[in-house]
Amino acid sequence: MNVALPKGRLGEQVYSLLERAGYPCPSIREENRKLVFENQSAGVRYFWVKPSDVAIYVERAAADIGIAGRDILLEYRPEVYELADLGMGRCRMCVAGRKGTRESRDQTLRVATKFPNIAKRYYSAQSRDIDIIKLHGSIELAPLLGLSDVIVDIVETGKTLLENDLEIRNTIVPISARLIANKVSYKFKHEEITRLCQQVDLLCSKP
Amino acid sequence: MEPFNTEQLARQLRELYRRCGYTQYKMSKFEPYDLYVRNKSFLVSGDILTFTDADGRLMALKPDVTLSIVKNAREGAGLQKVYYSENVYRTSPMSQGFREIMQTGLECVGDLDLVAMGEVLLLATRSLELISRDYLLDVSHLGFVSGLLDSAGVPREHQVPLLERMGEKNVPALRALCRDLGADGETADALCRLATLYGPPDELLPPLREMIRGARMSAALEELEHVCALAPSNRLRLDFSIVNNMDYYNGLIFRGYLPGLPSGVLSGGRYDNLLHQMGREDGAIGFAVYLNLLERLETAQPEFDADLLLLYDDQTPAPAVLREAERCRLAGQTVRVERRAPEGLTFRTVRKVG
Repeated sequence: MNVALPKGRLGEQVYSLLERAGYPCPSIREENRKLVFENQSAGVRYFWVKPSDVAIYVERAAADIGIAGRDILLEYRPEVYELADLGMGRCRMCVAGRKGTRESRDQTLRVATKFPNIAKRYYSAQSRDIDIIKLHGSIELAPLLGLSDVIVDIVETGKTLLENDLEIRNTIVPISARLIANKVSYKFKHEEITRLCQQVDLLCSKP
Repeated sequence: MEPFNTEQLARQLRELYRRCGYTQYKMSKFEPYDLYVRNKSFLVSGDILTFTDADGRLMALKPDVTLSIVKNAREGAGLQKVYYSENVYRTSPMSQGFREIMQTGLECVGDLDLVAMGEVLLLATRSLELISRDYLLDVSHLGFVSGLLDSAGVPREHQVPLLERMGEKNVPALRALCRDLGADGETADALCRLATLYGPPDELLPPLREMIRGARMSAALEELEHVCALAPSNRLRLDFSIVNNMDYYNGLIFRGYLPGLPSGVLSGGRYDNLLHQMGREDGAIGFAVYLNLLERLETAQPEFDADLLLLYDDQTPAPAVLREAERCRLAGQTVRVERRAPEGLTFRTVRKVG
């Protein structure tokens, strides 16, 4: 079974969970530049990919399963099965703006975001005309410099917002890490994937 | 997997359908845009390539063959069984922009019975079998799913998001949505169960029977049971998470999968509702095989561009060059003749004539 893990802190947490669920791969903890880690006896092969690419690897069956944030799934809407909520990497997709500024409806709203599809959908449900400014990082900077009126971004603790004089206006949707599976792999590796899912569910439901 | 070639497969599929008495349906590359715009949500993708014809009419490069077949099928003329092998033009979520997609399939339009449905399902399994013996055909019955939703009193407008979550096998989201919609616990349990059930018919039919509420679900399951009994049961899997637009589809639906490919290669089902929308009383069932997806199954590229490169120069008489090349070809080799070795091509052996 090929497993795509998101690089970074979330990925490490997820790997620990999978390790406890009976899918260890000790070589992954070694300090080196390898990209693929295999444990034949446990029947798994792990690889680290950029978090936003996990869904693509799974959709195109380079990975049978993977772990992706709900933000990525909502943004790209990949054709995959969403089998479990791991309850990790909890945060919220929010609209935030500068403290004290009025959000008026008489102008086109300029929205800076890494998630143009989520932002578009959210505002079109409110019949609001917006100007999307797609950025790749440091979204919080945009309203400070007058590049945008608001931002649509992930908020974990709200500390960055606070320190930069920004405030949350609305929560669009809560986010957490999801276990996703390729639709075809799910059929041909049904037993393996279901077993992994059950183990993970069991661990996740324990406090 | 056995050696594989898309062109050869297209021929074999046509032959398979022809032998069952299906007749070929040929259509032009473009049709009036009207036909498609009226039934836009029936199409796999809503995007249509359009252009203006010489007489000012808006035309479309065909995104689909089924609509044209149904439009041209006469009502009350008995069963119309046709197959097609055509290129269609549509976008797919995985690729940006329009693509030309080679599609082969069949449709059976008219007063359908168990024999007609069974034959179509059997032909779907035979089609997949021509590609790989390890195929799986997922089967579902929309009557069973919508019967459950109707019995729980879920209004139509709320069924769509529920079905989407079912399509993702997304149990946590399905539960949350049921809670938001105020569905009772029993319905929520049944939907979650239905979304995750996956297995061969004989294994799943008993637990499904216990889920029956009302005549609609019971009739749907009975039909599913009878139809499945007509196809090779070891390759069939029941999966109620397959969802299609219920405005068009009803009853039996199915998807075919092959190991080693990232998405389904065959898709089909019963779409009486499309005919009802066109003001007809009878039914239709059919499926399509997406041949463009099979490219990845084609056997590995040959190691060399040709077995032999025969080089010649001004001194070699032309007849001698061609005679020597032909002699080697008769011995089973692929032979290229050139004055100089071509750049970027590889040959098993290189030899000078004479």
